Amino acid sequence: MANVDQFRSDVRAWLEANCPAEMRQPMTREEDTFWGGRNTTFASQPQRVWFERMRDKGWTVPHWPKEYGGGGLDGEETKILRQEMAAISARLPLVSFGISMLGPALLKYGTEAQKREHLPKIAAGLIRWCQGYSEPNAGSDLASLQTRAEPDGTDFIINGQKIWTSYANYADWIFCLVRTDSAAKKHDGISFILFDMRSPGVSTKPILLISGKSPFCETFFDNVRVPQANVVGQINRGWDVAKYLLQHERAMISGMGERGGNRPLGQVAAGLIGADAGGRLDDSMLRGQIAGFEIDEAALACAAERATDLAKAGQAHPAFSSALKYYGTELNKRRHELLMSAGGIDALEWESERSTEGAAARAWLRTKANSIEGGTSEVMLGIVAKRILDLPGA
Amino acid sequence: MALILNEEQSMLRDSARGLIGSKAPIAHLRKLRDERDATGFSRELWRAFAEMGFPGLLVAEEHGGSGLGAVEAGVIMEEIGRTLMPSPFLSTAVLAATALTRGGSAAQRQEYLPRLAGGDLIAALAVDEGAKHRPLHTAMKAVRSGNGFRLSGTKGFVVDGHVADLLVVAARTAGAPGEAAGLTLFVVDPRAKGVEIERTVMVDAHNAARITFHDAEVSGVLGEVDHGAGLLEGVLNVGRGAVAAEMLGAAEEAFTRTVGYLKERKQFGKLIGEFQALQHRAAHLYVEIELTRATVLKALQLLDAGAAEAGAAVAVAKAKAGTVGTLAVQEAVQMHGGMGMTDQFDVGLFMKRMRVCQELLGDANFHADQLARLKSY
Repeated sequence: MANVDQFRSDVRAWLEANCPAEMRQPMTREEDTFWGGRNTTFASQPQRVWFERMRDKGWTVPHWPKEYGGGGLDGEETKILRQEMAAISARLPLVSFGISMLGPALLKYGTEAQKREHLPKIAAGLIRWCQGYSEPNAGSDLASLQTRAEPDGTDFIINGQKIWTSYANYADWIFCLVRTDSAAKKHDGISFILFDMRSPGVSTKPILLISGKSPFCETFFDNVRVPQANVVGQINRGWDVAKYLLQHERAMISGMGERGGNRPLGQVAAGLIGADAGGRLDDSMLRGQIAGFEIDEAALACAAERATDLAKAGQAHPAFSSALKYYGTELNKRRHELLMSAGGIDALEWESERSTEGAAARAWLRTKANSIEGGTSEVMLGIVAKRILDLPGA
Repeated sequence: MALILNEEQSMLRDSARGLIGSKAPIAHLRKLRDERDATGFSRELWRAFAEMGFPGLLVAEEHGGSGLGAVEAGVIMEEIGRTLMPSPFLSTAVLAATALTRGGSAAQRQEYLPRLAGGDLIAALAVDEGAKHRPLHTAMKAVRSGNGFRLSGTKGFVVDGHVADLLVVAARTAGAPGEAAGLTLFVVDPRAKGVEIERTVMVDAHNAARITFHDAEVSGVLGEVDHGAGLLEGVLNVGRGAVAAEMLGAAEEAFTRTVGYLKERKQFGKLIGEFQALQHRAAHLYVEIELTRATVLKALQLLDAGAAEAGAAVAVAKAKAGTVGTLAVQEAVQMHGGMGMTDQFDVGLFMKRMRVCQELLGDANFHADQLARLKSY
C-alpha cells in the first residue's frame, strides 16, 4: 500500500509540474483532440508539449509494456494515473484507434515482429489507423462481409468496398477484415489484415452526414497488393481477432461521453437558462430530467470502474463491454438531447460565430451514430441476452 | 479502493446468505403474514443474528459490537432483500445504532449500545410526518419542560415502532418547517406516559407504526439541541445506503426468477425467452441492475471513508435503486403473466416490498432533487 501511495503522490507531482494549464480545460473544438499520424499538426504549442512529455513517459499508453513504447504500468497504477489526470481535468494527450482498438488486438494476437513494427509507432503518435469493418451489405451482420483477398505468391490481392470507415481520409494504415475463403461458413473464412493506405488501389470518399460533417468515409480497394505476412492471427481465423477488438471498441465508445471531462450537465444548463428565486434551474421539468440523467451518468461511471476492478481480479465477464457500450451510447444521446433542450433557440444556430458554426447542433446530431457504430444497441442487447443471460435461441 | 467486495466481506455475505437462505426463505415472510404475527419478525431469528454479531455490526467493539461499516451492513441488507426477510436489522442495527453512536453521550452509548449489539434492545427511528419523506419539514414540536423536553405530535412510518424498546425521534426545538436549524434528536421510552402507538402493517406485510405523542416526556437528547439536522442527515444517509442495498438484493432475486421463467415457460411452441421482445427487455434490466450494484457499493464505500461526496453518492444509489428496483418488479410480474398476479407466486411479494422500500427514507424523485441541490442547480 505504501508503494501505491508513493506512486500516487509521484504521479500527482509530475502531472502538476508537466501538464500545461491549457491542457486542463474542457475540449470544445475538434482540433482539441490530438490524433497523431504522418500528416498531423498540433493545434497549439501546449498541446504539443503535453503530448511529447506524456509520450516520453510512455503514458500515451500507460499500461502497454515498455518495450513497445508503453509505460509498463500495472492495472492499479494505470487506474491511479487516470484518476489523477481526471482530478486536474487533464486531457488525453493522444487519442487514436491504434491505442483503443488495434493495440489490444496486436498485443494478444500479433507476432513479435508485428508488435515491434506497429506498437511503438502507435504509442508515439506516428501512424494513424483506421478500421475497415463494415461494408454496404455487412452492417449488424458484419460476418457476411464480401471484400475479397485472393492469394498471389506471398501476397494477397484485395478487392472490395468498406463503409463507415472513420477518418479513413486522414489515416495512414488500415486494419481490415477480408474474406480469404468464400466456401467456408461465413465466420470461418475471414482474415484480419494490416496495410498502408498509400498502397496503389486504395481510395477514400468522405460521406456527408446529417451533422454537415464527414467523419466517415467509403473506402475502395481495387487490386490492392498486401503481403500475407500482414495477417494478424491465423488466416481464416480473423473473426476471433475482430471480436476481441470489438470488445475494446465498445469499451471506447461507451466512454465517449466522458472523454475530455464534460462539464456537469446541470451546471451547463444553469448557465444557459438561469435559476429561479430558490436557486433551482428555471425549468422544473428539465431540472428533473437532468437530475435523472446525472444519476445514470454517475451510475455508469461506477459500473465502468467496477468492470475494470473485476477485470483486474479476473472476475470480469468478457461480454460486459457490450453492456457498457449499450448504456454509454444511449446515455450520451440523452445528454445531447438535454443539451439541445437547455440551449433552446440558441442551440438551433447552424451558421453563426456565436454558435461556433453550430457546434451544439452538430454534436447533437453526431451522437445519433453512437448507438449504431461499433454494433447497434439492439445487437448489444442480443449479445447480453445470449452470452450473459444465456437465453435460448438468442 | 477497488469497487468489489474484499475477502472478508465476501465471507460475511456467504454466511449471511447461508443463515437467511435456510432460516428465512420467503415462506418465513408468508408464515408471519398469514398468522398475523404480533411481532412481525421472528425473535428467535434475531437471536440467531445476534449469535453472528449482526445487530452490533456498526457498534464499536468497546460497546460489544464488531465496529464494521456501511459496506458490511449493505452486505447483510442485500441478503435480507433477496428473501424479503422481516428483520429489525434496519431499524435497530443500522438507523438506531448509527444515531446512538454518533449522537449519544458516553453515558447514553454505554446505556444502550451493548444491549443493542447483544440483540436485547429493539430501537426505531421516528422521522416522517406526512405522506412523503421530508426530514427538514419536520414540524413536531419539542417544548422545554424543567430539565427536559416534552413532545407533541404524530410520527408515521416508524419501522418496528410497535415493538421498539427505544425510540429515536426527530422534533423541532426552534425554527420553521423546511429549515435545518432548530431540529433536535431525542431518545424516548415508548412506555412513557403520553406515547400512543398504533401498529400499521404495510402492503408488504412488514412492520411500521404510527406514534402519537401527547405531551410525552423525553429520556434524553442525542447530539446538540437545535443542531440535530446534520446528525439526522448522516444517520439517514447510512440508512438510505442500506435500503438501497436491500432493494438491490430484491431486484436481483426478482430478476433471477424472471430469467428462469423465460427459460421454462413455453407458448407458441417455443420458450418465451426465445422472443426478442422479451430478450431485449431482460438484457436492458440486467444492465440497469449491474449499474445499481456499482452505485450502491460506491455509496457504501464513500460513507465508510467519511468522504465529502458520500451524500451525492447516496442520493445516486437510492434514486437508482428506486427506479431500477421498480422496473425489476414490474417486469417480473409482467413476464410471469397471469401467474405473476397470484398470491401463490412470490414475485408479487417482491413488488410490494419494493414499493415500500421506494418510499422508505426518500423515493427516487426526492433523491434526484437532493442531487440537484447538492450540485447547485
